Amino acid sequence: MSLCMNQATAEKLMSGAIGAPARELAQWTHRSVYRAAGLLAFQFDHSSTNIFAPQGTPARSIFGLSMLVLAICAAIFLVVSGLLLYTLIRYRHRNGDSNREPAQIYGSNQVELSWTVIPVLIIVVLFLATARVIFITEQARKPASAVDVVVIGHQYWWEYRYPKLGIVTANELHVPVSDPGHPTPTYLTMSSADTDHSFWVPELAGKMDVIPNKVNTMWIDPEKPGLYLGQCAQYCGTQHAKMLIRVYADSPADFAAWVAAQQHPALQNASASEGSAVFQRNACISCHAISGTAAKGTFGPDLSHVASRATIASGSVPNTPENLRAFVDDPAHFKPGALMPAMHLSDHDLDAVTQYLMTLR
Amino acid sequence: MATHTPATSIAAHPALRQRGRALDVLYDWITTVDHKKIGLMYIGYALIFLVIAGIEALLMRVQLAVPNNTFVSPQTFNRLFTMHGTTMVFFVGMPILFGFGNYLIPLMIGARDMAFPRLNAFSFWISAFGGVLLYFSYFAGSGLYGAGTAPDVGWFAYAPLTARVFSPGHSTDYWTLSVLLSGVGSIGTALNIVATTLSMRCPGMKLSRMPLLVWLYFVTSCIAFIAISPLTAAQIMLMIDRYLGGHFFDTQAGGSAVLWMHFFWIFGHPEVYILVLPAFAFANEIIPVFSRKAIFGYPAMVAATVAIGFISMGVWAHHMFTVGLGPGANAFFTLATMVIAVPTGIKIFNWLATLWGGSIHFTTPMIFAIGFLFQFLIAGLTGVMLAASPFDWQLGNSYFVVAHFHYVLVGAILFMIFSAFYYWYPKMTGRMMSEKLGKWHFWLLVIGFHLTFDFMHIPGILGMPRRIYTYEADRGWAIWNMIVSSGAIFQTIATLIFVYNLVWSFFKGPKAGADPWDAWTLEWSTTSPPPSYNFARTPTVESRRPLWDLKHPEDPDTNYE
Repeated sequence: MSLCMNQATAEKLMSGAIGAPARELAQWTHRSVYRAAGLLAFQFDHSSTNIFAPQGTPARSIFGLSMLVLAICAAIFLVVSGLLLYTLIRYRHRNGDSNREPAQIYGSNQVELSWTVIPVLIIVVLFLATARVIFITEQARKPASAVDVVVIGHQYWWEYRYPKLGIVTANELHVPVSDPGHPTPTYLTMSSADTDHSFWVPELAGKMDVIPNKVNTMWIDPEKPGLYLGQCAQYCGTQHAKMLIRVYADSPADFAAWVAAQQHPALQNASASEGSAVFQRNACISCHAISGTAAKGTFGPDLSHVASRATIASGSVPNTPENLRAFVDDPAHFKPGALMPAMHLSDHDLDAVTQYLMTLR
Repeated sequence: MATHTPATSIAAHPALRQRGRALDVLYDWITTVDHKKIGLMYIGYALIFLVIAGIEALLMRVQLAVPNNTFVSPQTFNRLFTMHGTTMVFFVGMPILFGFGNYLIPLMIGARDMAFPRLNAFSFWISAFGGVLLYFSYFAGSGLYGAGTAPDVGWFAYAPLTARVFSPGHSTDYWTLSVLLSGVGSIGTALNIVATTLSMRCPGMKLSRMPLLVWLYFVTSCIAFIAISPLTAAQIMLMIDRYLGGHFFDTQAGGSAVLWMHFFWIFGHPEVYILVLPAFAFANEIIPVFSRKAIFGYPAMVAATVAIGFISMGVWAHHMFTVGLGPGANAFFTLATMVIAVPTGIKIFNWLATLWGGSIHFTTPMIFAIGFLFQFLIAGLTGVMLAASPFDWQLGNSYFVVAHFHYVLVGAILFMIFSAFYYWYPKMTGRMMSEKLGKWHFWLLVIGFHLTFDFMHIPGILGMPRRIYTYEADRGWAIWNMIVSSGAIFQTIATLIFVYNLVWSFFKGPKAGADPWDAWTLEWSTTSPPPSYNFARTPTVESRRPLWDLKHPEDPDTNYE
């Protein structure tokens, strides 16, 4: 069948009746070539963590440097590999060549000097360009309007504290969008409660390690509102893979609203008092804090506004009642190796505690 | 002038020959102090570990082929990458390179053995014991109560993950002790190579006439001396932390995680050169022979090697660009790291100039060496990208880094090791390896290598960190990981062909004779395999290529050096 169609198309082409079908064919070929090439490029476009799609100043200055370095390296590669290929073809031993040894050349000071000096010059250029980006990024002056966040890495989750705003939250970092005319960058002061971690949101900035007994700083200034993804980039233990990062860049109004909501003490909804009681009488309170209650644990994420978050388990699972219930029942279900133990609650208590947590907006 | 010295001039011990029983053979190999047998044992032992660590890599690639895979548990995956890295560096890379060095150095300098034959045997056996100890952790890592666990702290075992609170049981101790033992063995061998090079050269072989292979092994051994000591010190400090209440790296009690990083990378970066210089050493011998030309710029090659040796000591913190050392340190280590591209570039250009004007024979050793040249060029250039520290803030600890160092370790070093196998196997066994199987091995490996490691750069650029046992489906990493994993199939088949070729050629390969490649260094002047005493009469040399002088009395090298 398809053969017939092809024959028909071919006949039309041959008979000169090109017109519409040929144009269609040409367009189709064009499209499929584009599709094949585009399929791979598509992976770039649709990665939310592409280092070559910068959305903030630090990532953008790194991107500029990267393009320079890539261009120089690509040029060197083309020249040297081209020479190598040419040499291999030009000086290959052919059948029928005489078996006499070729002329022996032991070296040449002039030539060797040239391929020492040229790389030195390239390195000077690369180094100066690199040093510039190092200093403008690491020694950027902090404006008075900057937002301060303390980032604490824990085995497999992130703690975020806003000391000036009195907010403590986990795993989902909210920062204001930074308008170049009136910059409001966010400065992150980072340390770890246990092992080494690394904070990496590729579209906003390069990574910075989060190390116990050491305080590191970095800054981000997202240009557009939206969600920026990343994850822990230093092996920190069993669940290193699911220590994900979500940075929400909010418009000034949205950020102000978020701050106001987080500053409220946790809601105590009468309809969920049973779940609250289950929470308070179990070991939950040794690790988790809920503002305005006896729960003041600091080992696990602060749950005062847990229902306002889009995900649980450090960004790895959507925050739905079903998922939350399954997580409380046995965290290893989603994150084997997570430090929270299975709570062994009865179905009734699980339902109650889930209902309670979902009221903490 | 070098001399052909057929082994028949001295009768091989007839009494020894007649006892062919298995136990006698075993006894002979276990008690041997012959540098050639020890070299072969190093190589055989490294090949076994190469297969083991390769299987570990395969399991990891199955797990990562698709997102959210559950082929292995996170705990198992973390052990796999720890064991793969530790095994490949300490129990494959170093032993296989020391094995070739052990075998070749005395033969190339016209000596009958290494300077300290008994230390040589000790170094081998202590290193071998380290490897066995590492794998014994699978049975005993949690103590005597049953289920064993291998270490899961990563091959650079960053503090404080190794502290007892984060790593209970004994798995980390197995890692510490096995690396410590491997280090003791490596220092022993390094000392032996330095002493042999300095004091065992045959008459006429001035330092300036030494084969480049020996020069490079000499520099490698000097680096090993300096670099392995901090590693050994760090392992002892870690043991003190874990068992005697020390706080060097115990951050909970005021220790420093960054201190471990410094100790480890002061070893870890020179280690890269400990592994890559022997690969350069092979290239320095093999490329000239199959281009039929003398190496271009011998003095520059020696100078570049020594320069690499020195500079390699001052670049370690480029592994720590994201640690927060500050702009001054980042700028310094960027410059130091980029500077190393100059002597490395000199080497590449000198190899190119050696090929230029030659008569290039594409034998199996040579095509592997050519693969090495192309792949090492790319590995060097991605290294320059990573040296630009802000670029590294993005790429560091991502799959781009994994791709970069596998380009060095597989694309450059392993290709050159295979080249060395095809080149010196005839000397070691007296038989040629199959050229046909060798070419199948090469082309399948090239396809597999490029599928795996070219495409592995891309998930790194798309934000995929290393050492994650699984990943989210929505990050755009899936298709690249599938391609990367599919390359592993080709690499596996290629490796199987190589192993088959090793065994087949041992029994069925064509007889090699003393000098199958028409080469120029002293090892080709004795029989294949060489007698235990190497040379019946100590050779005398008058140039860098004694066998060239012998074959071309009308135009010897001595006129030009």
